[in-house]
Amino acid sequence: MSGVRVLVGTRKGAFILSSDAKREKWDVSGPHFAGWEIYHLKGSPADPNRLYASQSSGWFGQVMQRSNDGGKNWETIGNKFAYDGVPGTHQWYDGTPHPWEFKRVWHLEPSLTDPDTVYAGIEDAAIFKTTDGGQNWQELSGLRGHGTGPCWQPGAGGLCLHTILLDPSDPDRMFIAISAAGAFRTDDAGKTWKPINQGLRSQYIPDPTAEIGHCVHRLAMHRSRPGILYMQKHWDVMRTDNAGDSWQEVSGNLPTDFGFVIDVHAHEPETIYVVPIKSDSEHFPMEGKLRVYRSRTGGNDWEPLSKGLPQSNCYVNVLRDAMAVDSLDSCGIYFGTTGGQVYASADSGDNWAPIVHDLPAVLSVEVQTLP
Amino acid sequence: MIQVMLPVHLRTLAQVGSEISVNVQGEVTTRSVIDAIEARYPMLRGTIRDYNTQERRPFLRFFACQEDLSHESPDAPLPAEVVSGREPFLIIGAIAGG
Repeated sequence: MSGVRVLVGTRKGAFILSSDAKREKWDVSGPHFAGWEIYHLKGSPADPNRLYASQSSGWFGQVMQRSNDGGKNWETIGNKFAYDGVPGTHQWYDGTPHPWEFKRVWHLEPSLTDPDTVYAGIEDAAIFKTTDGGQNWQELSGLRGHGTGPCWQPGAGGLCLHTILLDPSDPDRMFIAISAAGAFRTDDAGKTWKPINQGLRSQYIPDPTAEIGHCVHRLAMHRSRPGILYMQKHWDVMRTDNAGDSWQEVSGNLPTDFGFVIDVHAHEPETIYVVPIKSDSEHFPMEGKLRVYRSRTGGNDWEPLSKGLPQSNCYVNVLRDAMAVDSLDSCGIYFGTTGGQVYASADSGDNWAPIVHDLPAVLSVEVQTLP
Repeated sequence: MIQVMLPVHLRTLAQVGSEISVNVQGEVTTRSVIDAIEARYPMLRGTIRDYNTQERRPFLRFFACQEDLSHESPDAPLPAEVVSGREPFLIIGAIAGG
């Protein structure tokens, strides 16, 4: 019988939540790597039992973990992330040059076809790749080196490369996003990159329509239409129909278009989800009501989904990597909060219930649909 | 053999008890002790010293014989009591955070 495995990274460890296809009863495993920050863990699409995890700590730096049995057992793998060549500088918060310094791995994106190949998005922003199951990591330095790298500035959370999308129809094409540089695309497997930020408008930078400098919070794609991307920007929900060559705002009737997460229904490429957050200075839902918003039209027309979610005195945040979907017939939607709740909906968002509600602050949520 | 005491999280990572023993070839210094730790426990590489700069991580301290050796040269000889194994070399995590 099929089922799902929800991989949850938190401020103090990782948790694995498992259920059958009904998604009513859950087994909770963890904490794994207790006491460590787990920014992200993700399974290989080519081998669901192969998991990778980013484990980090302000005391002990970055550790990388791999499991070959779905998270029951883990082994450390290579944790050396050395920038290619002379790293140079990016801009610091005050606009002065600042040396590129590795801080942590924010996001892991396993290859769609090879369990030993994984991409890692790091802070300070760069993308790395392993082809040997994580023993060795090499930078795809064409991203930092394409020209605008010295002008990139960190967002409040750091200069982080937090999103990596692989095009299932073209193995040479990838999309990434960096706070606060913007979105970028490669069409040659990471050798060269170009900014894809035309149409974004950000009032918090000197030139609101600049080529780079936009605080992109998250990108999402439906695998059947990889040329269409959705974006939750610092402010604004955006959409591109031409692989990022130009973007249009689709915030529509959202009560606020600030937020972090965005994701796409597994079977309906025009159905998308966001969690509106009041503002960049008040990182919690409006009116203390936690509501997911769904658009069935690829944006602009949004409906609130609140059944089963707290509708009073809720002041949590939902961070950029903390929403995911399963691919069961009735699509499941999942998200985690900084209050330690992981909510699930087994009916595309109509009804919600917490799987767990007292974890450490949730940093990331990924879902595996198991055969 | 040099006795080394590790902080809790590194004991868990290396799957060892509170104190480990390492054999150091040549002069016993902070650098050679950590080299020996990393050779025997590869999973600890990068956790005591920054992988790229090889500098002590800011929130870790090195103590021995009731002295803070954190700011000594990594190539300075460690006290005779550490060299003889009578006293441990302590790697301590700063008391900070929530």
